Amino acid sequence: MATTSISVDETPRLRNLLMLADDALILGHRLSEWTGHAPTLEEELALTNIALDLIGQARALYQATGLDEDALAYLRDPNRFRNTLIAELPNGDFAFTIVRLFLVSTASDLYWRATVASDDPDLAAIAAKAEKETAYHVRHAADWLVRLGDGTDESHRRAQTALNALWPFTGELAGRPAWLRAVAPVLARATLTQPADGWMQSGGRDGRHTEHLGHLLAEMQILPRTYPGATW
Amino acid sequence: MADPEIPVLTIEDLGILRDVRLDGDTVEVTITPTYSGCPAMNVITWEIEAALALAGFSSVRVSSVLSPAWTTAWMSEDGKRKLRAYGIAPPNPTAPPTCPQCNSAMTELISAFGSTSCKALHRCLSCREPFDAFKCH
Repeated sequence: MATTSISVDETPRLRNLLMLADDALILGHRLSEWTGHAPTLEEELALTNIALDLIGQARALYQATGLDEDALAYLRDPNRFRNTLIAELPNGDFAFTIVRLFLVSTASDLYWRATVASDDPDLAAIAAKAEKETAYHVRHAADWLVRLGDGTDESHRRAQTALNALWPFTGELAGRPAWLRAVAPVLARATLTQPADGWMQSGGRDGRHTEHLGHLLAEMQILPRTYPGATW
Repeated sequence: MADPEIPVLTIEDLGILRDVRLDGDTVEVTITPTYSGCPAMNVITWEIEAALALAGFSSVRVSSVLSPAWTTAWMSEDGKRKLRAYGIAPPNPTAPPTCPQCNSAMTELISAFGSTSCKALHRCLSCREPFDAFKCH
């Protein structure tokens, strides 16, 4: 029943594109899971719009590989995905979703701004679009983070719990020194305590994922794998 | 050709349509996507193909170029006027939007994410009507 999985012969450029595309696709998928469940209608629109931006970026990045974007998204097994572990973690409560979005989008924002000047014309073009969109993601997440952290006792507790749980997954984020400088002032405004750097989770870039990615991909891939060649 | 979500604007008004040329028997159309995940881009592609087929061109190639990146700076002044008349505040990098209904400058942002990727939701503090505003991009 299930279509045969594919594997990809990876050049360094291809590996880099897959890392970026998988980051965007997996986080986009997680955010899309809020559809129908967000706390308010405005937040429903915000989270799904952000998800759509990310999925659009993923498509552009997969297309830049020159390979079939659908095959890359739907026919690879978890051990072939190259996203960071932080992207695949379940959404948790609203605080966890916001803290994760803030931590990840801050890193993406720095990366895309630097990549506008890339020698790779495809990557530079994608960066020029992604940079503008990611700026909105960071602002949305940061505004909420401050509201939750500097909010009620409950919202503060949930935000701090989320931050503590997510911190060991931030070791995989690129450009960490600049990222720390960007993150610290927002955490301070949110009256949250920045956790100490301890042991860091890793493995996502090498295809060693948490137990969550398999479940995520099972949902995401079931239809195209069951009905090969299906179109809308 | 009208934008599917904002039918008062054509894809030329929006700066989505970049080039049209005839290469032998094939019409080559170049478009540029607005937001990365904008689902209207698929519809626009199909509608271009359909419109050209109806006009008798059986061979059509629509290609999408990412560079130079689409920006609201490409929107025509005529396009901005049509947006206002339709009830959407046009993109304005220099000032917050004024109410398309009553023209008041006393407006507030409700959410940076509106009904489509390109719009934000605002509210007029004078006439109390909510309105969409085209985001600067």
